[in-house]
Amino acid sequence: MSELSAVDRPNSYIGRSVPRPNAKRLVAGRGQYVDDLRLPRMVHVAFLRSPHAHARILSIDSAAAKSAPGVVRVVTGAEMAAVCTPWVGVLHHLKGLKSAPQHALAVDRACWQGEPVVAVVARSRAEAEDAVGLVEVAWEELPATVDMETALANGTPVIHPELGDNLAFQREHVGGEPEACFADADSVVVQASFHTGRHTGVCLEGRAILADYNPAEGRLTAYHSNQAPHMMQTVFAKHLGLREGDVRVVCRDVGGSYGIKVHVYPDEMATAALSKMLGRPVKFAADRIEGMVSDIHARDHRITARAAVTRDGVITAMEIDDLTGIGPYSVYPRTSAVEGNQVVNLCGGPYGLRGYKARTTVVFQNKTPTCQYRAVGHPIATTVTEGLVDLAAEAIGMDPAEIRRRNLLADDVYPFRNLAGLAFEGLSHHACLTKLLAMMDYEGLKAERDALRAKGVYRGIGLASFIELTNPSPFMYGIGGARISAMDGATVRLDPDGSVSVASGVTEQGQGTEAMLAQITAGAVGVDVARVRVTTGDTETTPYGGGTWASRGAGIGGEAALQAGNALRQQILVIAGAMLQAAPESLDVRGGVVVDRATGAERLPLEELGRIVYFRGDTLPKDLPRELVATRHYTPKDYPFAFTNGAQASYLEVDVETGFVKLLKHWCVEDCGTVINPMLVDEQIRGGVVQGLGGALLEHCVYSPEGQLLTGSLADYLLPMSGEMPDIAVAHVETPTKESALGAKGAGEAGTAGAPAAVQNAINDALRPLGARVFAQPFTPARILTALGKI
Amino acid sequence: MKLDVSLTVNGEAVSARIEPRQHLVDFLREVLDLTGSHAGCEHGVCGACSLIVNGEMVRGCLMLAVQAEGAEVWTVEGLTETGAIAALQDAFVARNALQCGFCTPGMLVAAATLLKANPHPTREEIREGISGNYCRCTGYHAIVDAIEQAARA
Repeated sequence: MSELSAVDRPNSYIGRSVPRPNAKRLVAGRGQYVDDLRLPRMVHVAFLRSPHAHARILSIDSAAAKSAPGVVRVVTGAEMAAVCTPWVGVLHHLKGLKSAPQHALAVDRACWQGEPVVAVVARSRAEAEDAVGLVEVAWEELPATVDMETALANGTPVIHPELGDNLAFQREHVGGEPEACFADADSVVVQASFHTGRHTGVCLEGRAILADYNPAEGRLTAYHSNQAPHMMQTVFAKHLGLREGDVRVVCRDVGGSYGIKVHVYPDEMATAALSKMLGRPVKFAADRIEGMVSDIHARDHRITARAAVTRDGVITAMEIDDLTGIGPYSVYPRTSAVEGNQVVNLCGGPYGLRGYKARTTVVFQNKTPTCQYRAVGHPIATTVTEGLVDLAAEAIGMDPAEIRRRNLLADDVYPFRNLAGLAFEGLSHHACLTKLLAMMDYEGLKAERDALRAKGVYRGIGLASFIELTNPSPFMYGIGGARISAMDGATVRLDPDGSVSVASGVTEQGQGTEAMLAQITAGAVGVDVARVRVTTGDTETTPYGGGTWASRGAGIGGEAALQAGNALRQQILVIAGAMLQAAPESLDVRGGVVVDRATGAERLPLEELGRIVYFRGDTLPKDLPRELVATRHYTPKDYPFAFTNGAQASYLEVDVETGFVKLLKHWCVEDCGTVINPMLVDEQIRGGVVQGLGGALLEHCVYSPEGQLLTGSLADYLLPMSGEMPDIAVAHVETPTKESALGAKGAGEAGTAGAPAAVQNAINDALRPLGARVFAQPFTPARILTALGKI
Repeated sequence: MKLDVSLTVNGEAVSARIEPRQHLVDFLREVLDLTGSHAGCEHGVCGACSLIVNGEMVRGCLMLAVQAEGAEVWTVEGLTETGAIAALQDAFVARNALQCGFCTPGMLVAAATLLKANPHPTREEIREGISGNYCRCTGYHAIVDAIEQAARA
């Protein structure tokens, strides 16, 4: 009998909606988030943060703070620099990217409102905050560079004079013949200027770290709310003068991350350094107000763009000019140029163009640093691309669904390399769009929309096709010199009681990583999923790996678990064969029992096999291998990234008197290859959609001209609430990647990638009879009323 | 300055001498080790610290612990042990109505409060009932499903 595939094996859990093993603990309030942990002699740190966007530190008087109740230590930037070396957020493959050294605490000068300047350690957080209020800093305010549009203009202050200018990075890419397409006399050119609003992740659990340096061992243990423990192990070691082997990073429950908790933050580095200085545990848990000015922001882009379309509906070319402001430093170690770089890579991605030209200009400014947040660059590129497609459809009088049918890459064209240089192994744009239109009853909705328009009700339908980058290979960060693993390992072990443990380098922040690993392992070994225990998030006890980001957990970590599980099963079968005097290939493991492969007859429970191997090895042949543990690693090699695709639709109503948008329904069809747990994948999509909707309609980091964040609390920074969010219908097309046996691609960012574009197109569809359009996110009532000429 | 406070938490009599500025959620977390209640914003917006105080839903970050003198307080730990929210918890797990789980204890309190007042809410009423509790992971759809399911159970 031939070997069954991972999906077809008896007892396979792949494709089944198994509940998550860790969910019961979390609904009972038994999570272990960093701020829930306490250690003996633990102290707390609070930071004095810069109240100015740009200011010189003339002097710091911390005498009163030092003698305040409970205070253990007050540390300035100069003192911190002696313990923690600065870092520079550049990658070699992003040619020309430059940034300045960034310190854990500002030295001499603060470059954004919220930059940590002085650390106060006390017995309680409250006492530390009290003492922060007693630190006197003499500031000399410096001119702030706030507006990205003028960051490169003559006369604008250069934030880091040693860099020469405020240009961090610039890249232009030309593919095919864009000039000829735009010059074609028979084509129509449409254009618009798009804005995506600067926003941030707002993880409900703020960033947090409990650093415990033990001087007796010379070892640092950091309990960290983070997505990438091995990356942080490297970073802590490098900048605190420790060996990597002397740093352990433990990530237990993480209360939301979305890319926010995968970067190096000065306050977290300072906390680890303080623990080394004090030789005792130091906890930092960011409160919401400081989180709003110190968590990375994202998506602060202005994009002018145009497209050429023939009269019969062939979109021939797109041209994109992207500008983004990233704050005063490129964030370490992933850099703040990746988002703009992604815009250059991803625009026009679903379509077969003849010409493509894209440029990004990445500038420094005195605002909170920006970096990678869920779906990095995708929502921007999709908003621009799909906005242009709808403008093209309108210009030639074609239905938005029809123009997509005519231009989306055909489902049989793969493998395919597009004009941006992206390699697609296998996508399903047409299958997804067809399924989407059927699911939403596109024609029925159009009829309803048109009927309501006659009654003065303005509803709109918006479509958006998209691609999503998942399963990144070393081409994402490794080739640029960053020690961020693209490979992940899994160790699978059979214990004497017949239970199985799996330890993996990918991490859990609520996506369902541990459920996914348990399902794959259970199916591969042949045991009930309830008998599988999962360990993630500990550099000491899991195989080396990258963690969870860029939609890589299932595709990379899952494949490693599958291979390790298969290897363990083979080991079990060799031992069982010796015990049963049967050929290993005539046996299988199903439901925790070694069975006859052909008949399914039960031969030997795994607990009996475990008992013999562990306790009565004397009864086994002397030369029989007894390994009941297997480790396998996986990294993608054939393609730099496993692209996925999908299509979304939004149906909404605009109140043209108030400008309010009411979301009525949202649909998403996406193709992440093999779906391991349909329920978990659907919830990744839904959660991603709502984060996209937040950026499209509500969330905005608004700054004053002086560089002060005006939306620095949750009273001012609007997040999606249940009452205003729609039900979201999700469906799938499955095009497994052939790179792996599992065939899984990522699904974590698809929802966020397409949602803002669908909403933008739906609003503009609703406003079309009134001749108004909006292209600046968030699409607030004020912006819609302005477009309508009412204010 | 410190003040004495006596209250009942999850059915147990508790007395402590605390700073009057300490919020109820911090008292529960730091003094009583009841870390199931979470401080998500500390200004009354996100709902992660929602508790039951004298039968009413309260933001633990907007109430001082000394204000709870003589009060009867229930947290997710106590509500779990008594089985008071078991149907909701089962539905949340079965429907994957939580991801990171940080909002979940507060969300369960909001859901239980809703179902107490309105045992058979519509989807719209559920969305309204939990609109004071942020969830950044799920997009709410699964939470609405789970509360609907628990209401039917």
